[in-house]
Amino acid sequence: MRFDLRVIASRIEPGSRVLDLGCGGGDLLAWLAENKQVIGSGIEQDKTKAAQCISRGLSVVQGDMNEEVDDYPDKCFDYVILSQTLQQVWEPARLLYSLSRIGRRFIVSFPNFSHYSIRLQLLFRGMAPKSEQLPYNWYDTPNIRVITLKDFRRFARDVGYRIVEEIAIKTDTDAGSGCIIRRFADLRATYGIFIIEKQA
Amino acid sequence: MNQATETYLQVGSAGISAKRFFTFAEPPHELVLESGARLGPVTVAYETWGRLTSARDNAVLVCHAFSGDSHAAGFSPDDQPGAKPGWWDSLIGPGKGLDTNRYFVICANILGSCSGSTGPSSINPATGTPYGPEFPMVTIGDMVETQRALLDHLGIDKLHGVIGGSVGGMQVLEWCVRYPQRVRAAIPVATTMRHSALAIAFNEVARQAIMTDPRWQRGNYYDSEAPHLGLAVARMIGHVTYLSDEALRRKFGRRLQDRDNFSYGLDVDFQVESYLRHQGSKFVRRFDANSLLYITKAADYFDLVDRKEPSRSIRDLAGAATRFLVISYTSDWLYPTYQSKELVKALKRVGLNVSFCEIEADCGHDAFLIPDKRLGELVGGFLGSVHRY
Repeated sequence: MRFDLRVIASRIEPGSRVLDLGCGGGDLLAWLAENKQVIGSGIEQDKTKAAQCISRGLSVVQGDMNEEVDDYPDKCFDYVILSQTLQQVWEPARLLYSLSRIGRRFIVSFPNFSHYSIRLQLLFRGMAPKSEQLPYNWYDTPNIRVITLKDFRRFARDVGYRIVEEIAIKTDTDAGSGCIIRRFADLRATYGIFIIEKQA
Repeated sequence: MNQATETYLQVGSAGISAKRFFTFAEPPHELVLESGARLGPVTVAYETWGRLTSARDNAVLVCHAFSGDSHAAGFSPDDQPGAKPGWWDSLIGPGKGLDTNRYFVICANILGSCSGSTGPSSINPATGTPYGPEFPMVTIGDMVETQRALLDHLGIDKLHGVIGGSVGGMQVLEWCVRYPQRVRAAIPVATTMRHSALAIAFNEVARQAIMTDPRWQRGNYYDSEAPHLGLAVARMIGHVTYLSDEALRRKFGRRLQDRDNFSYGLDVDFQVESYLRHQGSKFVRRFDANSLLYITKAADYFDLVDRKEPSRSIRDLAGAATRFLVISYTSDWLYPTYQSKELVKALKRVGLNVSFCEIEADCGHDAFLIPDKRLGELVGGFLGSVHRY
């Protein structure tokens, strides 16, 4: 399993109810079911991937996460996970509000746009930066937003979310290996993972 | 074709099964129907595949669509060489989606039909002649009650799963709403919570085709010639709704039948005309016109959303432990995907565990009956994981 998913999985208590948005082939859900007896559900837009999840015994709804999250009752999950997708979401504030409604906690992860290599590219080349985490040209990227760790902290504070834990990591997009960054995270982390609660 | 695919689609691997009969509701203990009418005795024709465990916890009920029957898989003892296997043979058998090495699969002919279960063509014991129009109107719920009686008779308290497509999917949903504690997993395929105006409209045209055939005689035709012309036309209409624009185009296009030019008359010109006439005349050999009237009406009445107390609706499923797998097909225009999504939404809203998948297929509503390993993989994976929850 990907390093960032392993970090997320390590924070989830055994037996929790978990919703994984954009669950892909279901690696995280399968791992959680197997190792933490988690009652998991997923949402996946891609028909083939959704079918793959169901065929391996996972509970997955094929559909658009922005619409699907509206149908769940309040607080019906312990954790809702939005992994490496926030940068592609059209209305992030609305989606995050839904996540805070249906989950006791939600976990968001995204590539950190304030990584030093990105800062240097912009500074020295004067062109829209590309990295392993954000490998697309400006004109054909699915990533419609650029987010830094600091941006997200400020956003969470402004809308009244409490950040329970912030984990900065360094890993490649599909790599199984990686490490947690503790010093100068804003510059050195390739991804940020935030565990969030709605303030009462 | 690789080895795995072959196992999935191996024809007739469920083996040979004989049709059996269970009769209950002998007067004065008749079955009280949803309409309030009483009916008895009631016979249910059924077939089974696989073995029931000693704990009786591995039964899967298969519900057939409106013109189907209990012969869902494998062959019958009296089949001639070259006979076709049961209607869901691609799904039922060792290693298939409904793995008969693991599950005890049961399929019962529905109430109101004409393939062994009590229906309008059955003999009314009070008169010694077929019921005809005296047969009471039945509902999807009444069909489920006969299946429940059969399961009680077989000593099966809890179903591992219940699965069905189209009108069979309606029975699946009715099962869950009536007996949520008796169903661990439910798989409604290519179906709906309630008939759309379009579906009712097609059914009404089909019924009118029968009822305007002079041989129908208000349903009293069992001692004379049956309304075969009307029934054939009804089937032709039905058949069009089971296909799709793309399927018809691919199969027939505008190709002509046994000729090079138009006849400029009312004979068959196009292959698609010939095909529909063939489907119609094939159907009259195996189906009863009155059964079509009763079963289409039962499907039209079906509505899990707007129900009057004390009937239970989809909302009453709140708190149930049943897990759902809803499946639709991209080109199904009889029960389009949006209707499956409405079902998924309703199930999610009452907090149930639901999976949903739309299968890409260009052959219309009938896609669920066409051998395809994707359905088997979904069903097998889903049913196999049910014990985890």
